[in-house]
This record gives sequence, structure tokens and C-alpha cells, in this order.
Amino acid sequence: MELNDFIHSTGQWLMGTGANANIVMSSRIRLARNLAKKPFPNKARKKDLVDIMGMIQDTIAQNDYFKNSLFVKISELDNVDKQFLIERHLMSHEHAANPDGKGLVVSKEEILSVMINEEDHMRIQVLKSGFDLDETWKIADTIDDSLAQKLDFAYSSGWGYLTACPTNTGTAMRGSVMLHLPALVMTKQISKVLNAISKLNFASRGFYGEGTQASGNFYQISNQVSMGHSEQDVIQNIHGLICQVIEQEEQARQALILQNRPVLEDKIFRSYGVLKNAHIISSQETVELLSMVRVGIDLNIIKNVDRHAINELFLMIQPAHLQKLDGKKLSSAERDTKRASLIREKLGG
Amino acid sequence: MMCDICGKKKATVHLTEIVDEQMSEMHLCEECARQKSVQMEQQFGLADLLAGLADFGKTAGGEAEKVDLQCPNCGMAYEEFRKFGRLGCSECYEAFKMYLTTLLKKIHGSNQHLGKTPVRMPQAEKKRIESLQDLRNQLMQAIQMEDFEKAAQLRDRIREVEKLEKKEPDKKEKKK
Repeated sequence: MELNDFIHSTGQWLMGTGANANIVMSSRIRLARNLAKKPFPNKARKKDLVDIMGMIQDTIAQNDYFKNSLFVKISELDNVDKQFLIERHLMSHEHAANPDGKGLVVSKEEILSVMINEEDHMRIQVLKSGFDLDETWKIADTIDDSLAQKLDFAYSSGWGYLTACPTNTGTAMRGSVMLHLPALVMTKQISKVLNAISKLNFASRGFYGEGTQASGNFYQISNQVSMGHSEQDVIQNIHGLICQVIEQEEQARQALILQNRPVLEDKIFRSYGVLKNAHIISSQETVELLSMVRVGIDLNIIKNVDRHAINELFLMIQPAHLQKLDGKKLSSAERDTKRASLIREKLGG
Repeated sequence: MMCDICGKKKATVHLTEIVDEQMSEMHLCEECARQKSVQMEQQFGLADLLAGLADFGKTAGGEAEKVDLQCPNCGMAYEEFRKFGRLGCSECYEAFKMYLTTLLKKIHGSNQHLGKTPVRMPQAEKKRIESLQDLRNQLMQAIQMEDFEKAAQLRDRIREVEKLEKKEPDKKEKKK
């Protein structure tokens, strides 16, 4: 696979399928793994990093789960390509920042990806559409086992998987679920929900990655703690918590319809109208309007647009995506025009 | 909506901070947001937070006692870990065990791994796992001595070894 093969499609996680797909965008499991005794990336010299990447690359090349995967060295990518991969949720800003000795593996459907030599030697990510952490975990667990057949992982029986940062030690697992919560935002209940989540030792953040503010009413919720619980326990806990949040959002949506259906419909159709007709539009305005259209589809208020198309637009309207689609560098003003024309094309405006 | 800081430009970044369970919202223009994010990084670097947790030798206002420990495998000094919050290799865990036991408990509320084990145990680690019988004897002793904290730790460890031993025959079967 080549990097440019990804441009005209989007990952499986944006399909808008699977359980509770009206509220849950995607489920994700991330495992951190290190090779025993090898220096962690922060302590490794460039030569060490290259050796470690070589070992991991060799193992992955022989592994059936990674057939037809893309492998890239980050140092060989230009800035737009790096940004493109970040926008697709396949790698972190940190990974792009110091590219020497770092790599990335991505499966064809983008369900499976591995960052090599980010903070740990391997960050294995499994990302799927809908609400199904169990299945997502099973895939991650299987891949982890198959890699452990060949690689000697840093592990201690008392402390579990050993990671560069002690906040990940133990299971070295983060499970996260991306939720679309427009009704909780509109009814001003979201802060209450987020507060409760943080009290329970879970973290929440935005759609556009680590350290970003929630935008387009998307919230990603994940576990913080990786010791003292098994992976299954952690997944069950997240599952229970997310079920509650889904229920709250469902109730808030129904309340909005019952209280003032015309106002809600007006807001949704105005959003749709602007998206279909605008000729210049910023990314911030776009995500806000897309969020309204998405909830319109969920509530069967907008009938002729498919959720997948809207999910895709959340990804495609980002700067590097627009530039890859156009095949050249675009200024901020040029992107606003290109963005509007892409949206009109996708929504048949 | 105008930027909360400069009041001149349109606010495009919306920041929510949760401090002591109190949530506050800020609406900023791109420029002020960038400055704010630099400030936040300075204030709340993860490394600083971890370093804070690792400074349990520190008395209020005083300097932390210097720890002269070094990992024999990668050369990472404990002081370096304390400063940046990242360990240098898997062997650092053994080298700084004394301090990490407390730190891990502070971070996770527990310092006991209850998750999966690698399908193929690293050779060195195999040796470290005590026999079940030995652990059971220790557990009996701990109960008799009424050292319940130790007993609980031993119980968890026994469960873990049992889990591990269950895994081993599976592996042999697969090989056939």
C-alpha cells in the first residue's frame, strides 16, 4: 500500500455502522509495548532507534495480520503527509515532531495501526466504527499475542507491561470511545456529565486529538488507570459508563424534540442549508454545522443524507486532507474555498 | 463572540478547564489561544506532575533529597527520571524499584498488575516467578502473623501465577 492510496477513502471507523452508531462514532484500544532491555525512545540514540524499528518492521512484515499494510518512515514524509496521518487519527503530533528513527504501520481499512518509537517502542491501535470495545479489545489482544511470539516484551510479573511513562505501566492499555453529544451540549448538561466522568478517573478530550478541545460536539472518553484492574475489567467499566452517557444523550435528544421541535428542525435545516450553499467556510463553522446535520439524520429529520457521508466530511475538511485532495499547498483562504466546494459536492448542493 | 483575552478578534478556540472539579470556559482567538497553550504547557507538563509525585522525599519549601541511583542497563539516573518523568528502559523499573513502588501506587491507586501476561515470557522474568507452593507457604505465614496487607498481596500474586500456569499447557498444545 502507498500513502496516497488512502486519500480517496476513509477508515472503517467512520462508516457509521455498529452498535449505537447514532451516538458512538468509534471504539478504540491502544496498547503500549516495549522490547525488553532496549532503551526507550526518549533514551535511545538514533542508531538504537533504527535497530529497534528494524526488528519491529521485520516481525510485522512476517505477520499475517499486517498483510497489505502500509509502512512508512516518518523522516521520509513531508509536513502535509505527516499532518494528513495525524488528521486521520493514525499518529500523534509527538510522533511527527522528531521524526528520526520513527515509523508507522497502517492496515488497509485503518482498523489496525502501529506507531513505532513514539513514546514507547510500539503503540498498537485498533480503531473500529460503533460501540464495541469488547471486539476491539479481542483484535488488539490477538495481534499483541502474535507479536509476542517473536518479540521479547518488557514485562514484570508484579508490574505488568513496562512503559516509558509510569502512567501507562501495567496493562499499558487505553480504551476509548468517541461520542457525539450535541443534545447534552444544547441542553447545557455536558459539563455535569464531564465532571462526573473526571471524578470516576476517566479522561475526556476532543475529536481532533490529544490536548484538543471538543469540537463538533465530539467527546472522546478513556480510562486513566492501568494497574490494579485487568483489561476486561477496565473495558467493562468504560462500557458501563458509556451506556449511561448514551442514555443521557438519548433522553436529551427526545426532550429537545418534545419541548420545541420547530426550533430544533429550523436549526438543523439552516445548518444543512449553509453547508449546501456556502462558497467560503472555516473548519470551525463546518464542524458545528456538520454536527447539527448529523443529529438531524439520527432523529430522522434529514432523510436523504447518509451518516457515513457526514462522518467522512468531519475528516476531509481538515487542512492536510484538503491539500492532499487538491495535490498542492493551499493558503488558509484557499482552503476555506476548497472546503466549501468539497462539502457542496458531497452534499449535492 | 469576541476573544476573552484581547477582546479584539473573533474567538475561534473554546477552552474548557476543570480545576478542583470546577469547570470554567474560555473563548479565545487563535493568537491568544496559542499563547495560552504555551503557558499551560509550562504550568502543567506531565513530567512536572509526575516529578511532583516522585518527590515524596521533599519537605514543604525544602529541596528534595538527592537520590544517587542509576540504571545499570541504560545509564538513566534517578534524578533524570525525576526531572523528565520518563524511564530509560525496562531495567530502570528494577533499578528504581524502591521509589517506583510508591509512585505507581500514587498514580494508579494500586501497584499490582492484574492484566494479561505475554504468551511467551521473557526468559529473565520466568526465573523471577516463585513457585506456587512457596507463595502459599508465605501466605499461611502472613495470615498467622496477621499481616493482612502482605497476605492480600500474596493472594494476588498466587492468582497471577495460577493464571500463568494455566496458559503454559495451552501453548504446548498449540505446538503439537
